[in-house]
Parts: sequence; structure tokens; C-alpha cells
Amino acid sequence: MKGGSNVTPALAAEHGLTEEEFERAVGILGHTPNMTELGIFAAMWSEHCSYKSSKVWLKTLPTTGPRVICGPGENAGVVDIGDGDAVVFKIESHNHPSFIEPYQGAATGVGGILRDVFTMGARPIAILDSLRFGSPDHPRTRHLLAGVVAGVGGYGNCVGVPTVGGECEFHPCYDGNILVNAMCVGIARADRIFYSAAAGPGNPVIYVGAKTGRDGIHGATMASAEFSSDAGEKRPTVQVGDPFTEKLLIEACLELMEGDAIVAIQDMGAAGLTSSAVEMAGKGGLGVELDLDRVPRREIGMSAYEIMLSESQERMLMILRPGSEIDARRIFAKWELDFAVIGRVTETGRLVLRMNGEIAADIPVEPLVNAAPVYQRPWRCRQPEPEIDPASLPDRDPLECLRCLVASPTLASKRWIWEQYDHLVMGNTVKRPGGDAAVVRVSAEGKALALATDCTPRYCRADPARGGAQAVAESWRNLTAVGAEPLALTDNMNFGNPERPEIMGEFAGAIEGMREACLALDYPVVSGNVSLYNETNGSAILPTPVIGGVGLVVNVRNVVDLALKRDGDALILIGATNGHLGCSLYLREIECREAGPPPPVDLAAERRNGDFVRGVIRDGHAVACHDLSDGGLLAAVAEMAMKGGRGAVLDSLPPDLPRNAYLFGEDQARYIVETADPDTVLEAARAAGVPAHVIGAAGGVALTLPGAGAISVDALRAANEAWLPDYMAQA
Amino acid sequence: MKAVVVIFPGSNRERDVCAALALVTGHEPVRVWHRDATLPETDLIVLPGGFAYGDYLRCGAMAAHSPIMREVRDRAAKGTPILGICNGFQILTEAGMLPGALLPNRLLRFTCRDVHLRVETNQTIFTCGYEVGQTIRVPVAHHDGNYTADHDTLDRLEDRGLVAFRYCGPNGDLSEAGNFNGSAHAIAGIFNNSHTVLGLMPHLEDAVDPLLGGTDGRAFFEGLVGALQ
Repeated sequence: MKGGSNVTPALAAEHGLTEEEFERAVGILGHTPNMTELGIFAAMWSEHCSYKSSKVWLKTLPTTGPRVICGPGENAGVVDIGDGDAVVFKIESHNHPSFIEPYQGAATGVGGILRDVFTMGARPIAILDSLRFGSPDHPRTRHLLAGVVAGVGGYGNCVGVPTVGGECEFHPCYDGNILVNAMCVGIARADRIFYSAAAGPGNPVIYVGAKTGRDGIHGATMASAEFSSDAGEKRPTVQVGDPFTEKLLIEACLELMEGDAIVAIQDMGAAGLTSSAVEMAGKGGLGVELDLDRVPRREIGMSAYEIMLSESQERMLMILRPGSEIDARRIFAKWELDFAVIGRVTETGRLVLRMNGEIAADIPVEPLVNAAPVYQRPWRCRQPEPEIDPASLPDRDPLECLRCLVASPTLASKRWIWEQYDHLVMGNTVKRPGGDAAVVRVSAEGKALALATDCTPRYCRADPARGGAQAVAESWRNLTAVGAEPLALTDNMNFGNPERPEIMGEFAGAIEGMREACLALDYPVVSGNVSLYNETNGSAILPTPVIGGVGLVVNVRNVVDLALKRDGDALILIGATNGHLGCSLYLREIECREAGPPPPVDLAAERRNGDFVRGVIRDGHAVACHDLSDGGLLAAVAEMAMKGGRGAVLDSLPPDLPRNAYLFGEDQARYIVETADPDTVLEAARAAGVPAHVIGAAGGVALTLPGAGAISVDALRAANEAWLPDYMAQA
Repeated sequence: MKAVVVIFPGSNRERDVCAALALVTGHEPVRVWHRDATLPETDLIVLPGGFAYGDYLRCGAMAAHSPIMREVRDRAAKGTPILGICNGFQILTEAGMLPGALLPNRLLRFTCRDVHLRVETNQTIFTCGYEVGQTIRVPVAHHDGNYTADHDTLDRLEDRGLVAFRYCGPNGDLSEAGNFNGSAHAIAGIFNNSHTVLGLMPHLEDAVDPLLGGTDGRAFFEGLVGALQ
């Protein structure tokens, strides 16, 4: 080992390690770490890699189920979809890099999540992006939105994986800290899943993909700290993506995976070679020795520290069966990618790095992984918001309110975004972006997956537990609304600084609500990502636990969308309406108030109503279906009308509720079903104990409300489609 | 009918066109890797969509110099039909096998959506499945599809009936709105002088299945396969 170490607690603090954590590292090593060792400890023990603040809570989420093949802890979750097939999926954030450098931040976010999925042996078949930006009035919002969308598209379009869905919202709380969460879904053979645990002492450790440069050093530590207003100075820690190399890497890895050469495989994501090598060794209970001189590099003079902490993109680490290197090398040569044997698996249980004939680092793996700090951080619950009495609000013209709502940033059409994404490549996109869930075919026989991302952050701020449950329930509902059976979800927990008790209270509450909803709906969490410290200058984002849901469609010919189909069809409202306006979009956009508790989430009703709706769709009684969420009943009817290019006439409104509470309340567990056979649906609902009644009929060219006039579907569409392109066109 | 689909590093819509051809012919086309120096005997060569070589330098510029392109050029000279779709069209223009160039779209954004096309001629092996003047609805997905050529070239394309498809409105009207990417003469696809090489930006191969939102591309493949059988 090179000389004495000059690493001090102060230097460790600069790396994000507390004094106590630094002492623990010294204790594990038995001496003061050198720079490389310090960098490795700091990266592995960063919030981003160690989940030290969130682990105790994440452990409470349900992660198993009859179909779950692999839950959290691997690169992605794996769920059985029958016929020997498995769906592999995960969501991941790239919030901080995207705020600093929107194009590359978003692009490499997509690249990273693609690698998580194909690392497990799956061919990626779909991408979704869940985006949150600051106020449209904030001077940077337009630039960030344009850059992020171009980055997501630039990467996904080039690798040839369709971006089929997602969401985009605006709120001033994201002014200094946008959210860019990307989800990838892939398909593999259920008996050909690849894992990351190292095995077989003596087996070669192989580096494949792009060369290592100095980009992205400290990405993991950057993602584990708050921003201050000098965030722009962190630009050098943002990685640069190369989707072309990723495309080659996908094809080369999947080609190699057809054989039996691979013992274990792990992509190099956050903390690069450090985390991939440590995780593989740690999971296998073994050691790894790496010869850093053999790591392919694109810059000269890189130190061991830089090589180990580089977050250069499009790289993978593999452990191969001995003797298979020649065939493997041939495949990577065909795809013109670097392939280097850089080390071997050992029985020592130590991570040993050699460079220039010296030992650059020597760390016992087990404590590096298992003695990582875990914090039971103090947390505090927020005071519940007082109820909003709808009768206390002014009675406004409902159709004028509707026109405002459909043109509001939340509900406005996001066509400007998803038309920049190739959502059709691979030729299996059955339901395109813009509906409750995208539907992607996965077999010639007609099996398909329904995919959606969901979260209502304003609910999560007002009542984290209710908001967490609602996010899960809405995800489940969106999959149900196209006729799919919800299988499992991946979660992206975006929160502020966990060292503040009120933020930790939001986190704990959201997890508790999610847990209850997952259990009630048999909808386990199989993968996920935690992004904390989403704050700038001490101001936190709204708690945003994004749920990425995956549902199974047995026969794709039976799926429905939300477009109204036929004049004269009945519109049936499923679920109970109580006119809950607290925390609603109506209250925010029309009354300019963010107040009140979010709507209660009755999980038994969610289950009962959703199972009923899925049955109605399966039995062919529904020609269109839409879940009710932001903007309530009238927004949902308007969306169905706009999508179908067809109007609707609503029946007289119930006398017992203020009309705008009825029309815009956001009570949960509700759907609208369009049917030619209302008697059958109503009878079945009665038998199932599900609230259902006819609220009107499809037809005409306008949306007509008794006693309130009509608004043409064209006028609604114009307002809904214009907002985002007009906004982006303003220089 | 035997078809070959050439795969460059970065091609990504080969699956889509293979599926469309398989739907019509009943068998999968042969896929040929770009570094292969020779092509098998074939009735049709397809250059599929994607981002060959990452579209670095210029779209299609590097693929146009790939070893396989010498062979493609030779076969074209002997009359073997060549179909270049999207990135394939860009490669054909970069290789000089079709005139003109494809510049970034007018709004400088990647655009994926359904568009309407007007069929300009059906006196070719590629378009014989359509009526002249027929309007079809098919997807596009590209950033650089703004067809550009000098005046003389455009005149020649028009005079000799070498325009295959034009962007149009839903009723076949040649409006500014229909020509979403700003192409000269609203050109979406062109032939070589002998009508045996076709380059086009739209993805007719993604419009062959009613489940996926349209079947207006199906007649293209049925007509083509019928003509080559």
C-alpha cells in the first residue's frame, strides 16, 4: 500500500461521510483509508447507494406474491406472466443531473434504467417517463422541459425502445428541483433471468461496453445532497449518454445471454465500477480482485480513485464461466464494444484493487455492504388539514370551470411531449400515450401489458398516508380501466431532506399508505428507487412517491380505451360520489387554494369496484372506460369526449350535493363505463354490491349539462391541446 | 418472394418491417449484417429504420459507406428492388442512390404521429396496391425528414413521375398543415429513375395490423410482394 494516508475526517466530510461514519470505516479497515478507499466508502455509504435513511421503512412494503419471481434488491423486479414469460421492470430517478443539464441528465436516466432491465436478460419493450417541473411562470421551466423531453426522446428513440407513457405536472415546489423518473419494462424467459451475485472463485471478471472517462465522478454523492443556488457548478458531475453504444450493448448482451457463459452480470450505474464490483462480491459472499490497468479508458492519467468512481455510461461488469471468454469476446467484437478481462473472483471476501504494480485499495466486502449505516431518523406527522365544506364555495358556471381545467397545466394535453418520443417502434403499441394506461403487445397470441405511472403529490403533502395509498390505488385503477389485471409495481420515492423530521414524516406516512394499498389490492412492490434531498436552499418538493404499474392483458383484443365510441350509448358511473373538493384540482385552479384533506381512500371499495369494472370489460359490455382522478367526473367525461371526438349529454344532477362538488369532486374508486347494454351492467353491479348509475349518454358534438348549457367538443379540444404548444412557443 | 433486410449497428425498426413482410409472405425475411461483404440471392433489399451508427456525423452518412452498401449498389444497378425506410431513405440519399437530402424537420423536433399521405403513382412495383390519389394514414417517427433538393432535381422528379408519396391533409389536400416537416413539394418518398429504388420517411410497416391503429400500409406490402412473385 502506498505510503501513509493523508485522509482526514474533514476530507471525509467533503465526501459526505459523517464523523461517525468515517470512524466506522477506519474501524473496518483497521487503518485510515487512502483516497481510493475513502471514495469507495463514501459512494457505497451515500444515501443513493445505501438507502440508509429509507431502508427501515422500505422493508415494511409487501414484495411477494404468487407471480413474483424476484422482488427488490436486484437490478429490476421480475414477475411471471405465464407461458414461460416474465416481465422485468423498474423505475429510477435522475432528478439532480436533469436539473443541472436537462438533456444529458434525462438521456442518461433513460440509459441507466434500460441497463437495469436488460442486465437481467430481458429485452426492453417500453419506457415511461414521469416528469415534474416548476411553475410554468418560472424562468427556467421552459428550458428544463424542452431539454428533458429532448433527452428522453434522444436516447429512447435511438435505442429503438418505444416511450409509451408517463405523466407531466407543474408546481412551484419543483422550481429548484425538477423530477425526472424513467421506467423501463422488458420481457424475458422466466427460466432465463440473470442475477448479480458473484460465484465461482477463480472465474474471470469482465468489463464490457464503453470506455471509462472522468465524467460523472461523484454522481452518487451529488444525488445525496441538497442543492444550493450554485448547482450549475456541478455540471461536470453529470454523465454524457451515448444511446448508440447502449443499443449495441443491448444486442451484444442479449446475444451472449442466449448461451450459458454468464455467471453473474451487473450494470455500472451510480458509483460505477465501485458499486457493481462491491454488490456482485457482496451478494455472492466472495471477494473480487481487479487490475485497474486493464480497465478500458478514454482519458490518460486516470487515478484508481477516478476509475473506481467514474460514472461513464453504457458499461457492464460480468462474471463468466471459465473458458467462455473467447466466444464472449467474439460477440462483443462483432458489436464493436470493448471487452476486457479485468480481474477474478476470489475466496478472500475482500475487494482488492491493483494498479501500477501496487495495491490501490483493499477493503473487506462484507462490512462495506452490511455495516453500512442505517438510520432510524426522527419523524413528525403534519397537522391534518381541516375539511373543506363545498357549500362554502361560490357556485360557478361549471362549463366555464371545465374549460379552465382542461386547459390547466395539469390536465392540458401532453401531446407536445409524447409526439417527440417514438412510441411505435417495435410494432407492438396497441394503446398509445394519452390514455389511462399504455398497452403493449408481448406475444403474437395477443398477450399484452398495460403500463402507467401515477402520483398526486398535493394529496401526499396534505396527508402522506392517504396520498401514498391513493397513488397505489390510482395506478391499480388506471391498469384496470383498460381491462388489465394489475400485477405489481415499482416505486420512485422522491422526497426532500430526510434529516428534517417533517420530511421523514412524509416519507414514513407515504410508505404506510402504500403498504396498506398494496396489501388490499394484492399489488406488491418488486423494485424501486429512493431519491432524497430534493431541496434547493432548504425548500423541499412536494412528497412525490411515483408508482409505476404493470398489468397483464390475456387477450389484447379485449382492451378498451377512454374514447367515446357510439351515439346513444349509456355512460355509467361506477363508485360512490360524495363531492370531496378538499385538495382537488378544482380548488387549486378555480379557487386558487391548496387546502383541505385529500379524498379518503376506501381500499375495499377500490378492490370491489375495480374487480367489477375489469369483469365488465372482460365480458365485452364496455366499449370505453375511464378512471376518475384530477378534475373529477366532469373532467373525465370531457376527456372521453375529446378522445372520441364525440359529445355527451348528462342527466340532471343529484339535488343533495352542490353541483360543482358533484361534478369536480375527486372521490376515489370511481370509473365511467360506456356501454350499449346498461341494464346488464347495472344488474351485475347490484349483484356485486357496487354503486353504479347512469349519468348520461354519449352523442352529439357538445358536452351538455342540464341547466348549464353546452360546450362543443371542438372548443374543449382546442383549449386542451393549445396550452402546452403555446407555452413552449413563447420565447 | 425472398427479401433481405440489411442490419446496421443502430438499426432499430428491422423487427417492424420483417413482421410486415412475414405477414404478407408467410415467412421471415433474411437478415444480413452490415459487415457481410455479400448478399444472398434476393428479390428485394430493405434498408430499415433506426439510427445507423448513431446517426453521428449526419443521418445515414456513415452507413452509406458501410461495406455492404457496395453490394447493395451493385444489385440496384442490376435491377434488384431496394426499399429504404426512414433511416434507410437517409442512407440512400447519402449513398447517392437517390437525389436530394433530408434536413431536420421544420420545427426542429423529433415527431412521432400518424400523418396522411397521397399516393402519387401506382405504376410501380412498390405502389401498385394503391389507387392514384388515394389518401392513406400511416405513422412517421423521425427528426430529419425534411426533403430538400435543388430546383432542377425537383423538376426532374415531378416531370418523370418519381414522387411516390406526398404529405397531405386528411382529405388528400396538399395543405401547409399536412406537410408537417416542411419537405419540398411535400415529398414523403421518391423513386430512382427506373422506379426500382424507393426511399420514404413514413413507416408503412407500422400500419399493417388493425390492433395497432391502422392497416393502410398493408396494401403497400401486398402490392409489392404480389409484383415480385
